[in-house]
Amino acid sequence: MMEDAGFIVTSYVITFGGIVAYAWYVLRRGKKATKQLPDDSKPWV
Amino acid sequence: MADTATGRTTATHATRILGIVTLAGVAWLILFGLILSPADKNQGESVRILYLHAPSAWLAYLAFIVTAIASALYLFPKQHSLGWDRLAGASAEIGVLFMGMTLVVGMLWGRLTWGVFWRWDARLTTTAFLLVTYIGYLAVRRLGGTPEQRAKRSAVLALLAVLEIPLVHFSVELWRGLHQDASVLRPNGDVELDGLMLFTLLSGIVTFTLMYAWLVIHRTRTLTAEDMLDDVGLELALEERRRESIPHTIEEKGALLS
Repeated sequence: MMEDAGFIVTSYVITFGGIVAYAWYVLRRGKKATKQLPDDSKPWV
Repeated sequence: MADTATGRTTATHATRILGIVTLAGVAWLILFGLILSPADKNQGESVRILYLHAPSAWLAYLAFIVTAIASALYLFPKQHSLGWDRLAGASAEIGVLFMGMTLVVGMLWGRLTWGVFWRWDARLTTTAFLLVTYIGYLAVRRLGGTPEQRAKRSAVLALLAVLEIPLVHFSVELWRGLHQDASVLRPNGDVELDGLMLFTLLSGIVTFTLMYAWLVIHRTRTLTAEDMLDDVGLELALEERRRESIPHTIEEKGALLS
């Protein structure tokens, strides 16, 4: 039972930890790139 | 908010709302997946891992299918829009992340259910092969050349790679192996889950799909901004070379005339 809990919690930590790390990487790169461009060249602004 | 108003990030009002809804979905999934849903009569508590494993696999399939559709939309019309290529690249990157997580989390579930982390079972092997294929796709995108060359070669590869998905999905039907059959997307349309367990699984699929939408929007915008910066850098370099080739001083002009 305890072994199950360890594996289950690990799977949740890996999944959501991986997603948060990737989201942070994407936002950081996005911020770095968009800061150097004028607003009128960004289609989403 | 100030960042959005001046366009210093890839976020907009809509993506912020989408992000908040996704976070609420994650909290909902953790609550149902770890606490409110019951243990399975055969698998016991390890079924809780499947609320992440199955949505991750679904999302990887979705991401790779979007990559193929965007690649076709780049390749086949007469006007080739690099926007479709950037969407394809962003979606493939997210698909690789979720396919990797599907395999790792599936190994943890396999250890509890089968007693081993890995077997060269048909489903596991074809899934690993699919992951390696898309890692190769991302490597091909990073090869040199113009954005148009990058888009063309990666679009062709994406249209070939997507053919592996039916092979992975139906591998449990085609070959007798250790991996269980599909519980929801079965060929005969039956669903082998009941009540709260099915609800939790569907909550996971909805939450992961929202997460995909949020990630793919931000990643596509980042790729757009990076391509624009590359263009600006190229123009500046060309301008520099032109200025270098024009003689500026009287001595330089005289040397050229003589």
